[in-house]
Amino acid sequence: MTDTASDDPSRHSDTAPGAEFGEEDVGEGFRAYVMGLALASLLTVASFITVKFHFVYAPAIPVALFTFAIAQMGVHLVFFLHITTGPDNINNSMALAFGVLIVFLLMGGSLWIMSHLNGNMQLMNPYMQMHEMHMQQASPDQPDQQLMPPLPPDRQPAGKAPQP
Amino acid sequence: MTSGTAALPSGGAKRRHDPNRLGHLSGGQGTSRASGHGTGGPAPKRIVVGYGFWLFILSDIVMFSAFFASYAVLHNGTDGGPDGRELFDLGNTAVETGCLLLSSFTCGLASLAVIVRRKLAFYAAMAVTGLLGATFIGLEANEFAGLVMKGDGPDRSAFLSSFFSLVGLHGIHVSIGLLWLLTMMAQVFAKGFRSDINRRVMCFALFWHALDIVWVALFTVVYLMGVLA
Amino acid sequence: MTLFGMPLLGKLTIDAIPLDQPIPLAAGAAVVVILLAIIGWIVFAGHLPYLWKEWITSVDHKRIGIMYTILGLVMLLRGFSDVMLMRSQQAFAYQAPGFLPPEHYDQIFSAHGTIMIFFGAMPFIIGIMNFVLPLQLGVRDVAFPTLNSVGFWLTASGALLVNMSLVIGEFARTGWLPYPPLSELTYSPGVGVDYYLWALLISGVGTLMAGINLTTTILKMRAPGMSYLRMPIFTWTALAGNLLITAAFPILTATLIMLTLDRYLGFHFFTDEKGGNSMMFMNLVWAWGHPEVYILALPAYGIFSEVISTFSGKPLFGYRSMVVATMAIFVLAFMVWLHHFFTMGAGGDVNGVFGIMSMIIAVPTGVKVFDWMLTMYGGRVRLTVPMLWSICFIVTFVVGGATGVLLAVPPADFALHNSMFLVAHFHNVIVSSSLFAAFAGYSYWFPKAFGFRLVESWGRAAVYLATAGLVGVFGPMYILGLLGMTRRMQHYDVASWHPWVLAASFGVLILIASIVCQVTQLVVSIRHRDELRDETGDPWDGRSLEWATSSPPPVYNFAVLPDVHGEEAYWAVKSRALEQHRLREEPHYEAIEIPLNSPTGFVCAFFSTVVGFAMIWHIWWMAIVGLFGAFATFVVFAWRDRVEYEVSAEEVAKLDRENRASRSNTLAVSRRKVAA
Repeated sequence: MTDTASDDPSRHSDTAPGAEFGEEDVGEGFRAYVMGLALASLLTVASFITVKFHFVYAPAIPVALFTFAIAQMGVHLVFFLHITTGPDNINNSMALAFGVLIVFLLMGGSLWIMSHLNGNMQLMNPYMQMHEMHMQQASPDQPDQQLMPPLPPDRQPAGKAPQP
Repeated sequence: MTSGTAALPSGGAKRRHDPNRLGHLSGGQGTSRASGHGTGGPAPKRIVVGYGFWLFILSDIVMFSAFFASYAVLHNGTDGGPDGRELFDLGNTAVETGCLLLSSFTCGLASLAVIVRRKLAFYAAMAVTGLLGATFIGLEANEFAGLVMKGDGPDRSAFLSSFFSLVGLHGIHVSIGLLWLLTMMAQVFAKGFRSDINRRVMCFALFWHALDIVWVALFTVVYLMGVLA
Repeated sequence: MTLFGMPLLGKLTIDAIPLDQPIPLAAGAAVVVILLAIIGWIVFAGHLPYLWKEWITSVDHKRIGIMYTILGLVMLLRGFSDVMLMRSQQAFAYQAPGFLPPEHYDQIFSAHGTIMIFFGAMPFIIGIMNFVLPLQLGVRDVAFPTLNSVGFWLTASGALLVNMSLVIGEFARTGWLPYPPLSELTYSPGVGVDYYLWALLISGVGTLMAGINLTTTILKMRAPGMSYLRMPIFTWTALAGNLLITAAFPILTATLIMLTLDRYLGFHFFTDEKGGNSMMFMNLVWAWGHPEVYILALPAYGIFSEVISTFSGKPLFGYRSMVVATMAIFVLAFMVWLHHFFTMGAGGDVNGVFGIMSMIIAVPTGVKVFDWMLTMYGGRVRLTVPMLWSICFIVTFVVGGATGVLLAVPPADFALHNSMFLVAHFHNVIVSSSLFAAFAGYSYWFPKAFGFRLVESWGRAAVYLATAGLVGVFGPMYILGLLGMTRRMQHYDVASWHPWVLAASFGVLILIASIVCQVTQLVVSIRHRDELRDETGDPWDGRSLEWATSSPPPVYNFAVLPDVHGEEAYWAVKSRALEQHRLREEPHYEAIEIPLNSPTGFVCAFFSTVVGFAMIWHIWWMAIVGLFGAFATFVVFAWRDRVEYEVSAEEVAKLDRENRASRSNTLAVSRRKVAA
């Protein structure tokens, strides 16, 4: 694997993410960066304006922001990072897809789980609390157990385990 | 080796037909030379390095997503302290965003300069990239210092903890990027456009562009949505 | 002594050395003495230059793999010493305080989990992958050889920090995952949790490097013709495992950074006050923790698949179903993490979804078990040591897996959560999959690494004793869990538990016997290495490319990169040689470029250790020095001009002809056998 011979990109129809132009395509590369800059600026300005001037139906603003953000990330990926769906790029885009999947699983899962945990572990009126106690099998002699942080497993008092 | 083993069907001569074409382009009949398809042998170094660094960037983005998740979960935990609407200055964020976006563009120009082997253009583009990045860091440091002065530092509430660490993590990445940028300028100065150095510049460009992508998520989720809330 | 008004050594004083506690002091002193003795022997016997040139600075994936494995083996023994302490404490602590005070007992079970997972199992599995993958892929090295060395040494640096805590200061008392709020500064003001955090932050970076490196190697560096569906199954499982590392370890690093910020800078991620949420820690840490289970298990499945296929003399049954099952587990691994905290109160719908996902993951695992059994069915099974490990794995693993499905049912989990049943379950699966696989891989690839086989008799004894020990320790624990005993108890008063605790402690004695057999096996094999010599490089009648080269392989692995024409690349070549009664034509040899060795990894890890130690003890100036040193090391590395050296074509030809000669001899012998 000597460097000089193998660095010629035309020898392999496989591409690395990032700059991938041959010397003859520099003009095309420059146009891509300008195009990227223009589109990205447009989308950035659009999201700032949406927030600043409220000319979108208010509850739809977050949706609009997310749309702009995702579009802008796409612009960056295509025009700056040169990720395409071409056959020479399969590994790059597969890795990206996997990364995006993990990001969504992690963020979506965390939000879902934590919102349920927060919902179930909050201060509530006595009636609700009794109901929840029933649901959560809290021990009856400690009615405010839900207000305390959960005992870490290794701090559980020794020898006080429930008998079957 | 026993003689009986040789009688078993071997891979070479009597290869099974691939009915589902699961290995299409790969079962020996394909013509693609892309290393992902298996006929080309080990990929050239440039592709190996670029791909490895791409994987690193994706793992870095997963790390950011953990901080994003924390911010999303904890952004209501203001403990009676200020929330995003009281703290964030969208003007500042807009300037920061502009700096980073422009620097991403000039960083792209620097990698074009590497392709045409133009040292002066490379230094100029990298210098502009570095200056824009430094401006970004300066603005962010200023914002952070202002918050801490007001008593709204990261120890004020869980919201501010997650805000400072998410935005600060990005800031640390940009700072490391600046250090890397200077190192690369020095390397090109000392060694010229050698192939291994060109690969490093390519990785740097990937890193810098990826940081801009993270910033897009950041200004949307933290600043714009924060001001909305 | 002060520096800018701060004490020069931060929190570090002479009190940090536990002079008043005899057990840790004696253990620590013994380790230090042994280490000094080894270092002294190396220096005075003149081995240091060899060790430095050939091993410490080596960027050869085989050497690094072997060093990973040695680190794993040593740390397994270290973790096992904690086992002996814990089991004997519980044996004595029935209606009595036992011999370990609670604060020490807590450190022991925390250190046990941390060491076994991060510094025992992980390096062992990564070491095997590191050694085997480039050989199976038919290439010269991993994608980034120097990065590989850095990754290894960072892992070793983490292991060093954890073990330092034995002598200087203390270790965490929080369990192997430091759950807040207990691990926050308010409740754990000592340096124990800091040792944990910095050791894992440093070694986590190392592991991430290994993961990225090996993933890139598999996806971008394969012998010509080796398409995805021609890759050996171990390579597939390693690909899944390393992708999991790449995606999951950043989550762990992020979570630990948050806890570090809480402890060092007064942040409020997981505190009880100011809006912090300790449950977020459990959520994030298990989002890493469950993929981690499969980081350890998937490559293990790959090892068993290779071993079972080789020693059944058959191609793996259902290769494609195995690939699909591997990739299914790989994706599902990220969708089940909540089952580690069903009882935290997420409610029925969330628990339900994650419970069902957890049960679904048993399906592809079941596919694998059937594939292994059907591979053996109708084959010529040779009961060698690696094969015995694999068979014992299948039997015990199915039990562990079934209890796992039981625990995946949220109502059952509410009863069994944090009980000894859970402890028995995860030890059962992780010991029988990862550990047995590590030992199967160790005895399977040992001849490839060192050029001679391990003796079978002591190995067989080790397998049987380990399996008996596994059943003996964790069988009683399942019962203890059903009797209501919770985990991590320093003492207890329940009479019905006592006999089972004693039984589990007796099981540890069997495990000790197994370890003695393993060590004896190694010693005996080294003494008799000439009789056990592997001349051809193919001692087991193997099927994948690592057996196509000599044992131990030359530094460049293959004289000429193999050309792959189907699944089981080497088997095809071998069959053709047997049919035609001759080897392939001698190839045209060319000079080979090999990356130069580099001390970057070692030096970098040295500075990381300095940074970690300085941060643990709040010695800020030292941390800055360490960081600067690490950066300078990288710049020096980046500045070098010569990166490769050349092995001449004659040298390559000479070594390869030797190997070809011994292979033709074997071929001639087998031909005579056929004729007779």
